[in-house]
Amino acid sequence: MGVITKDIVIIGGGSAGIAAAVCAYNNGCKDILLLEKDAELGGILLQCIHNGFGLHRFKEELAGPAYAQKWVEMLDATDVEVKTSTTVIHLSADRLITYVNPREGYVTIKAGAVILATGCRERSRGAIATPGFRPSGVWTAGTAQKYINMHGYMVGRRVFILGSGDIGLIMARRMTLEGAKVLGVAEIMPYSNGLPRNIKQCLDDFDIPLYLSHTVTDIKGHDRLSSITISKVDENLNPIQGTETDFDVDTLLMSVGLIPDTALATEAGIKLHPKTKGAVVDEHMMTSVPGIFACGNGLHVHDLVDFVSLEGEEAGLSAAKYVKGELTHDKSLEITAGEGVSYVLPTYIDTKAMEDNTELKLRVGYNARNVRIVLSCGDRQIKEINKLRIAPSEMEKFPISRDELSGCTQNLTISVKEQ
Amino acid sequence: MAKDVTKTYTCIVCPRGCDVTATLDESGGIVSIDGNFCPRGETYVRNELTHPMRQLTSTVAIQGGIYARLPVILSAEIPKEKMTDVMNALKDVSVNSPVNRGDVIISNVCNLGVDVLASRSM
Ligand SMILES: Cc1cc2nc3c(=O)[nH]c(=O)nc-3n(C[C@H](O)[C@H](O)[C@H](O)COP(=O)(O)OP(=O)(O)OC[C@H]3O[C@@H](n4cnc5c(N)ncnc54)[C@H](O)[C@@H]3O)c2cc1C
Ligand code: SF4
Repeated sequence: MGVITKDIVIIGGGSAGIAAAVCAYNNGCKDILLLEKDAELGGILLQCIHNGFGLHRFKEELAGPAYAQKWVEMLDATDVEVKTSTTVIHLSADRLITYVNPREGYVTIKAGAVILATGCRERSRGAIATPGFRPSGVWTAGTAQKYINMHGYMVGRRVFILGSGDIGLIMARRMTLEGAKVLGVAEIMPYSNGLPRNIKQCLDDFDIPLYLSHTVTDIKGHDRLSSITISKVDENLNPIQGTETDFDVDTLLMSVGLIPDTALATEAGIKLHPKTKGAVVDEHMMTSVPGIFACGNGLHVHDLVDFVSLEGEEAGLSAAKYVKGELTHDKSLEITAGEGVSYVLPTYIDTKAMEDNTELKLRVGYNARNVRIVLSCGDRQIKEINKLRIAPSEMEKFPISRDELSGCTQNLTISVKEQ
Repeated sequence: MAKDVTKTYTCIVCPRGCDVTATLDESGGIVSIDGNFCPRGETYVRNELTHPMRQLTSTVAIQGGIYARLPVILSAEIPKEKMTDVMNALKDVSVNSPVNRGDVIISNVCNLGVDVLASRSM
């Protein structure tokens, strides 16, 4: 028996994968399979019970599960084939996909195009500068969130949080509302990586102190965590002796960053971006391997789900074009991050196949006010946009048109400049 | 001349998080509000100065669902100081599957004039 084929196979059924499926379907591709490892679609949103999702898309502030459900309803209106409780274990550069599930066992299929929408993992190792032993009570913030919000298991009573990313901030409020005492949040950087609104409504509202330029330097406890020590850090982020403060806690949550899950991308030989740790893509979200696309947190970590859905749609549209033979793979212009920019996506623009308008997505390296974001081609400045405020915690979008790029033959650089 | 004071707030209404500054006269009356990108920021700061309001999300127990907890949200914001009361009211609630998104789980919770709604179907 020959290998089963599908026009498009989407790996991961979170916001990115669902949007990719809906959009590819609505653009004329009907032979689509969506594979999701969990028992239902929705991804990380299912545990994000707080509101704040979908302001751009639905013009209302939905809870995460509600945003997911709205998208699943759109997907249900299509004939996209969905397999849940199905984990993809292999992906090759010629688009052979192997998955396992309890109904079919071990299956290999061939796809005309593949969309990677595998989401991200939480960083944990190396986050605490203490060697060796880990008592119980040390969790990543996202794991704790899942236990509390989906399974109703309260992970602790006296809590400290390391890292001021949004998940950590949201968990500080959540655990306080559930009756725990959150003693503080330590952030190694001199600024928070979380959104200002989350500092306000998750910490300030509950008088939870934020220790900037601090990190956890010791943890104590045998079976269960009993106390932690935090220390101030110098400008090189090294702990300063004599600045230690102890806290008696039974729980330490770590919210020290997210990293795209690229296990399958790596297996397929896809080139990764040194900064985002996700795939290198062109403006069609196509990776270095023709016919394999990437989007969502599996490509680069997003702060807004609306942008994840948009990116999923771009990948879905591109994959639909690819299977119809309408996309080339000509990575003609390269875009690099200049001064003040920590990364920019896409890495390549295919000037022949590009749409009339596209968008660069970038993250800046520092907090600043009244700056310009400038795109140049060699020495020639092509376009600039004024910004009242920039922050590493917020992804910036930089629209660019085909006309603006006409005549560009050299590589492009995007940078932050003073006004 | 009377001395004005200013207070700066981070607007929490949307992810943009504007820094909104309220200028107040001696008696606490609002002279001006600036820095908000949209009108919702002004409403937010007026509320913060008089009676801060917050949305609240949490979970309740569910029997027969895919998970043990059903996420819930309020139909409208409530006074900030009432959040603990509502959390207490949710403690002993248990519902049976199936539930639809938007179903009323508790109506007029704590006599606040808002309902607790299911955030999703389960
Ligand atoms: C804790 C947290 C709080 C957030 N808060 C907000 C907020 O307030 N407002 C906002 O707008 N945004 C918020 N975001 C951002 C936004 O919600 C997420 O970025 C977005 O939902 C990610 O979608 P995704 O599809 O890329 O990834 P995910 O939702 O993680 O989906 C990836 C899916 O792929 C599946 N998968 C992975 N590998 C495989 C495999 N090998 N085989 C099969 N399936 C696989 C996973 O099971 C998962 O379901 C938050 C994010 C987090 C993590
Ligand atoms: S003022 Fe308007 S734009 Fe600014 S944070 Fe508030 S709601 Fe958002």
